[in-house]
Amino acid sequence: MPRCMRHGAGLAPMIVATLAVTGCAGWGGGPGGGGGANSINVLMVNNPQMIDLQKLTATNFTKDTGISVNFTVLPENDVRDKISQEFSSQAGQYDVASLSNFEVPIYARSGWVAPLDSHVAADPSFDQADILKPMTTSLSGQDGKLYGEPFYGESSFLMYRKDVLANAGITMPATPTWPQVADIAAKVDGTRPGMHGICLRGQPGWGQVIAPMTTVVNTFGGTWFTKDWQAQVNGEGFRKATDFYVGLVRAHGESGAPQAGFTECLNDLEQGNVAMWYDATSAAGSLEAADSPVKGKIGYVAAPVVQTPHSGWLYTWAWAIQQASTKKDNAWKFISWASSKQYENLVGSQVGWSRVPAGKRASTYSNPEYLKQASAFAQPTLHAISSADPLNPGVQPRPALGIQFVDIPEFPDLGTQVSQEISSAIAGRTSVDDALNRGQKLADDVAAFYRSGKASG
Amino acid sequence: MSAVTDVAPVPATRTREGAPRRHRRQRGGVVLGLVAWLIGLLFVVPVVWMLLTSFHSEPDAASNPPKVFAPLTLQGYREFFGAGGGASPWPSLLNSLTAAVLSTVVVLLLAIPAAYALSIRPVRKWTDVMFFFLSTKMLPVVAGLLPIYLFAQYSGLLDNIWFLALLYTSMNLPIAVWMMRSFLAEVPVEILEAASVDGAGLVRTLRQVVAPVILPGIAATSLICFIFSWNELLFARVLTGTRAETAPVYLTGFVTSQGLFLAQVCAASLVVSLPVLIAGFAAQDKLVQGLSLGAVK
Repeated sequence: MPRCMRHGAGLAPMIVATLAVTGCAGWGGGPGGGGGANSINVLMVNNPQMIDLQKLTATNFTKDTGISVNFTVLPENDVRDKISQEFSSQAGQYDVASLSNFEVPIYARSGWVAPLDSHVAADPSFDQADILKPMTTSLSGQDGKLYGEPFYGESSFLMYRKDVLANAGITMPATPTWPQVADIAAKVDGTRPGMHGICLRGQPGWGQVIAPMTTVVNTFGGTWFTKDWQAQVNGEGFRKATDFYVGLVRAHGESGAPQAGFTECLNDLEQGNVAMWYDATSAAGSLEAADSPVKGKIGYVAAPVVQTPHSGWLYTWAWAIQQASTKKDNAWKFISWASSKQYENLVGSQVGWSRVPAGKRASTYSNPEYLKQASAFAQPTLHAISSADPLNPGVQPRPALGIQFVDIPEFPDLGTQVSQEISSAIAGRTSVDDALNRGQKLADDVAAFYRSGKASG
Repeated sequence: MSAVTDVAPVPATRTREGAPRRHRRQRGGVVLGLVAWLIGLLFVVPVVWMLLTSFHSEPDAASNPPKVFAPLTLQGYREFFGAGGGASPWPSLLNSLTAAVLSTVVVLLLAIPAAYALSIRPVRKWTDVMFFFLSTKMLPVVAGLLPIYLFAQYSGLLDNIWFLALLYTSMNLPIAVWMMRSFLAEVPVEILEAASVDGAGLVRTLRQVVAPVILPGIAATSLICFIFSWNELLFARVLTGTRAETAPVYLTGFVTSQGLFLAQVCAASLVVSLPVLIAGFAAQDKLVQGLSLGAVK
């Protein structure tokens, strides 16, 4: 016993010695972040428009309202995971989150986001009627209530190097068809050292290669699912479209196509590595920015078509309020400011008119200041967004909303798995037929679930 | 070669066969040296590349083929430190420092007595105890993520840096006990006996005999625990929000799917790596001693 006591007594100086070696235990202070009653927490994706917002918030919104805003900014995939975890558990850590028009109707069905109608009604200066109709439609729930306000919106169009096409004696039609685009890509491919014909996304991911490819599928007459939930991934229209898309990328597409996403293609067009690019209308802001090497050299035309009159997608990053938030009024004040006309003017005057989070309000496209700076792409963008029809994007009726996606919770997983097959086909590791046959099995599992009536939505 | 021969002492009893053997040994040394340099360069090149990229503009950083001699700029660092009204990295750096230092201190406070009881004065069935400590690392971390998240949510501990420090303590404790045990086991029994014969009590033995021997071990263990806590991302990303966000989570925020970010991310990564590098350099001597002690063991 005395021996044990001696051992125990011996440990105390050792602990003290350890403290001395490692630094005193009282060091560290409190948590570094902010908080408080008159503050809100916002979780958002790291896109350039959001970063501008983050920079302008303290000196404008907080200064005017006294509400401080704490941001968490994460990459797109991470933010989706975090929002899904946060909202499904209704943890209440965040008052506002950036959600896309893919999530908003699904989250609304689950009761995770708060309806905004009463806030909108009490805030006439927000001018809901000015928000473009397809945006409002895509951010409403099945119950007809509004659950999100767009921050910026986009469709897709074709961007091309005017100088390169002019040198080759080619005139781009206002509404080109995909065979015409393939023809032009072949003609301009290699006309300058290292320049390829076109950049099309090949990177796996339901938000990467699947987005542009699904618009091609729509206009070629294909669909993921029929109205009565029959999978059509290896159906005729889907197969023709995929054959065309993969063939075009492999023949005249960018280097490293299986890894190329939005960022890589943006870089390729800016660096003169490609002559054309079919992608989001929001890319135009970067292409026409003051420091862009291709400013003024890019032409913009409608998304190429085959069987449909239009084929551009519809996408928006929008704000939604978590149902569990205890600061909904302050949260609305933030949304009302961030999605307002005044905020667009603020960005225009302080950051630049080409950086305005456009694509959501009709008034943006009649703003002379905006049109002066964004004249090259303003009208093509407005036309693309206004023509988008998320209810009826193809040649046949659809079972769920969505142009470049199917608005069901299973789609990210399904789309990503199919995208890996298609990316493999672009890399030449598998054939389009094999890729689509494997995709069909995956899609059929999802379709069977909906046919069985087990899905509540 | 002649210089080497001049400097190297020639043994008087050298045989005729001795000379070529020595040459072979020298050639072997040169080859080993070259291999060591090559491996060292392989480790350093990505860091140097990151350093260079961090001083480039975004378009230059993203160019393909890479522009090594592009003009240098501090824009990436300005953006990281919140130039033009952007977010400040200091709260997240402070949070990381709090969690890493606090958990490291607590880990050492618990691990050293535990290791003492497992080596110098081993408790009964000490091997079972060691295995128990190790077995706590066998559960994949991700398997505990959801229960811990739900526990934190119901306990109001989400977005709380002290909770994160507690988690890091529990994650690093088994490793620290194992490391400290191997360092304490290196203390020769003879010097403990000699100290006892000379009339030194336990306190004096620990302070004047054991502590100097295991100090490199404490340094190595501290650094390992600090690095693990500083770099941890999985728990930090899931459990923190706006108040307790740590540096690795803040760092991932620079990655965007729209626009260029490579220079900024490189600048941010370098700044976030600096505390670990500084701690490593500061404790370099002790670390080499400590880690090689463990390696010999």
